[in-house]
Amino acid sequence: MGVMLSVENLDVYYDSIHAIKNISFEVNEGEIVTLIGANGAGKTTTLHAISGLVKPKNGEINFCSNNLCNTVAHKIIRLGLAQVPEGRRIFAKMTVQENLEMGAYIRNDNDKIVDDFERVFERLPRLKERRRQMAGTLSGGEQQMLAIGRALMCNPKMLLLDEPSMGLSPLLVNEIFSIIQDVNKSGVTILLVEQNAKKALEIANRAYVLETGSIAMSGDADELANNKKVQSAYLGG
Amino acid sequence: MGFFSQIVNGLGLGSIYALIALGYSMVYGIVQLINFAHGDIIMVGAYVVYVILVIMNLPIWLAVLGSIIFCGIAGVLIQRIAYQRLLNHDAPRISLLITAIGVSIFLQNLFQLLFGSDAKSMPKMFSFNSLKFGTLEITSSTTLNIVVSILMMAGLQLMVSKMKIGKAMRATSEDAGAAKLMGINPNTTIAFTFGVGSALASVGAILYCNTYPQIKPIMGGLLGLKAFVAAVLGGIGSIPGAMLGGYLLGVSESLTNAYISSSLTDAVVFGILIIVLIVKPTGLLGKNVREKV
Repeated sequence: MGVMLSVENLDVYYDSIHAIKNISFEVNEGEIVTLIGANGAGKTTTLHAISGLVKPKNGEINFCSNNLCNTVAHKIIRLGLAQVPEGRRIFAKMTVQENLEMGAYIRNDNDKIVDDFERVFERLPRLKERRRQMAGTLSGGEQQMLAIGRALMCNPKMLLLDEPSMGLSPLLVNEIFSIIQDVNKSGVTILLVEQNAKKALEIANRAYVLETGSIAMSGDADELANNKKVQSAYLGG
Repeated sequence: MGFFSQIVNGLGLGSIYALIALGYSMVYGIVQLINFAHGDIIMVGAYVVYVILVIMNLPIWLAVLGSIIFCGIAGVLIQRIAYQRLLNHDAPRISLLITAIGVSIFLQNLFQLLFGSDAKSMPKMFSFNSLKFGTLEITSSTTLNIVVSILMMAGLQLMVSKMKIGKAMRATSEDAGAAKLMGINPNTTIAFTFGVGSALASVGAILYCNTYPQIKPIMGGLLGLKAFVAAVLGGIGSIPGAMLGGYLLGVSESLTNAYISSSLTDAVVFGILIIVLIVKPTGLLGKNVREKV
């Protein structure tokens, strides 16, 4: 079980605002690691740095011994690192099927893609019923499932999820989180960024707590869930 | 001439507007840029036909093919040289717009330098018997314009709905950031869009030369502007919208010419644009997509 993703001494600026201050963390193969923190703590910025959407000022990001800082955004998925972005960002004016096809954009093995469609539909049966529907007409929960299904279509080694619980009812949050666990069990390493710290700590192996751009605490998810400071700040006492 | 033949003539002219409008619409859909140089691509396409057909005296099919390929490549080159850096560095939209106007001025002057500013006359390219339905007579150029424009739109619609690159174009135009996460290279997709749009403009140019056999370096100005009006009228970013806008514009021009006054044609065209934009700001087939939270 080696290190799959490592972030070392990362600094990100938005003009003069120091959004990420010298953070380091790592994700090992097979793990679910969660990055929790309040609004504006720098969670999404960290993910954007990993996926190449913002350029870090200092630091190194390595994924399976590839330096991500030198890789353009649209090539990162080719390394096996897929992302479920914040706010889902599905293609609303395309059908469910077409959204999934876009997820498999980098692949050319058409017969295997067909098998993967079936696998995704098996895991997310509601998408199958709606495969010809415009993605914009799906409910919030279904859109989140589609965003996850779309990311799985490239057969990633690792999945980055940004706030998958956002805007969903508690029941749907449970459903989404059990899908994430399920995906992890099938061999996909997961980095989960969440405001819903309680749920995230329930399914994660390890966790990092981000506060105003720095890592305030880290450790086993169970330990953090029982930590008084974490409980009062993120778990509602 | 009867009312119906005026309508049919209008559709013939509108077909040319429609083909050019498609290029405006596709480019706007993907990079939100009003590519003012698009009109001048029509002129480039027409001159390529002139060079191959008249100066080099080669067969028509070669002129048609040469013009389409040349314009497609020119479109890609213009995007690569003039716009790509601006787009990749998130330059303000106004810089892009000014660059587009710059490209337009460059092309007009380049062709004036190469061929002189006087008009050149073109030979008749395609002629076959006009169609007759009772008293209604449709000229060969009108028939050709309508048939070709419909075929082109069907082909384009097929490309964006069935082909991988077409779907990538739609994905990029909807959310370029998310498309990048899927591994779609935005530069390739955008360059491809410019290429296809310019190739369609060249088809428009060929039909235009066949209908009005005279070309000059500034011919792209008003023609491009009207096609742009057609794209906005139909709902910019929408392929069927661009076609509808083109036909509507052609028919209203033709009817104004016949029943009001040919000196008022442009006034009527822009008048219609103003009214449509007041009533439906997104154009006839344009949609205001609201985001779901």
